[in-house]
Amino acid sequence: MSGLGEAAPTGAAAIWRGRLAVWAALLALLGATLALAYVPLGRFGLVVALGIAAAKALLVVLLFMHLRKPDPLLRLTAFASLVFVAFLLTLTFADVLTRAAPTQPGTVLPRSGPDLPATGQRAF
Amino acid sequence: MPATALRKPWRSLRRQREAAGFGLWVFLGSEVMFFACALTGYAVYRTLWNADFLAAARETNVVYGTLNTAILLTSSLTMAVAAEGARAGLRRLTLACLAATIAFGLAFLVVKGFEYREDIERHLLPGPGFALPAPAAQIFFAFYWLLTGVHALHMTIGLGVTATLLWQAWRRSRPLRSPAFEVAGLYWHFVDIVWIFLYPLLYLAGRA
Repeated sequence: MSGLGEAAPTGAAAIWRGRLAVWAALLALLGATLALAYVPLGRFGLVVALGIAAAKALLVVLLFMHLRKPDPLLRLTAFASLVFVAFLLTLTFADVLTRAAPTQPGTVLPRSGPDLPATGQRAF
Repeated sequence: MPATALRKPWRSLRRQREAAGFGLWVFLGSEVMFFACALTGYAVYRTLWNADFLAAARETNVVYGTLNTAILLTSSLTMAVAAEGARAGLRRLTLACLAATIAFGLAFLVVKGFEYREDIERHLLPGPGFALPAPAAQIFFAFYWLLTGVHALHMTIGLGVTATLLWQAWRRSRPLRSPAFEVAGLYWHFVDIVWIFLYPLLYLAGRA
């Protein structure tokens, strides 16, 4: 494969051949993630499901979206957003996972009854 | 008047193709951030109410979800072949594959429509009269409707873009060497990737 990826396939058969293999791999991964979803893996179920999703996304990004072609500008642009997603998740969960229990949303159940009338004591 | 692929500021088609790809990747970066915000919200609420989320996710229709994933992956195949065919100047292949991509995209939306109808009949729309007792189940379905709805909107935009390109290629008003085919493909594949992540989070959670 040439450095700039200019060696693109020119015949219809060659174009189909390369992409059908990727498609078959994607469908195989879909079958795998569907089957594994019914296997009791406990908390690793989510890890497996997201791992397979990441593998599928990587196949699409590298082979359908041409990032296998060593173009530094495009690769940098494509993956820059993931850095910010990492910040987003890290800082959000640094808050969510370290709060004291009473300030967690889940610990105070929403009231289903009517609100108490606002009396003098409650008005602040 | 024959249309040319090379547009004004660029000196060569290769530079133009690079610029188009770069521009679209920057746009996709903003799209990643957009979907990442909603998915972070999903992650936070799933952390707080994991059991309720898993129970609610069991209520989604995994058959429709899996079928739609397969349809979307296949549409990505035809889109990739269309883009590569356009680059190689294969007119018939490009037209056929663009048309197939549109057909698969429409099939996805039709299946989604049947699924939405079933969800509404089963009272899975958050609000008064919601089917599940756990309060957090409504939060799960709020994310379900938001994420699948926004994804369907992206699909609709992608269908419009693909149909425009098919029309222009058919009328020969856009030459096949234009980078637009490849760039439309990038957008289509991105929408596919979003679904690849929505599928395990919305449909496969809590099945075991």
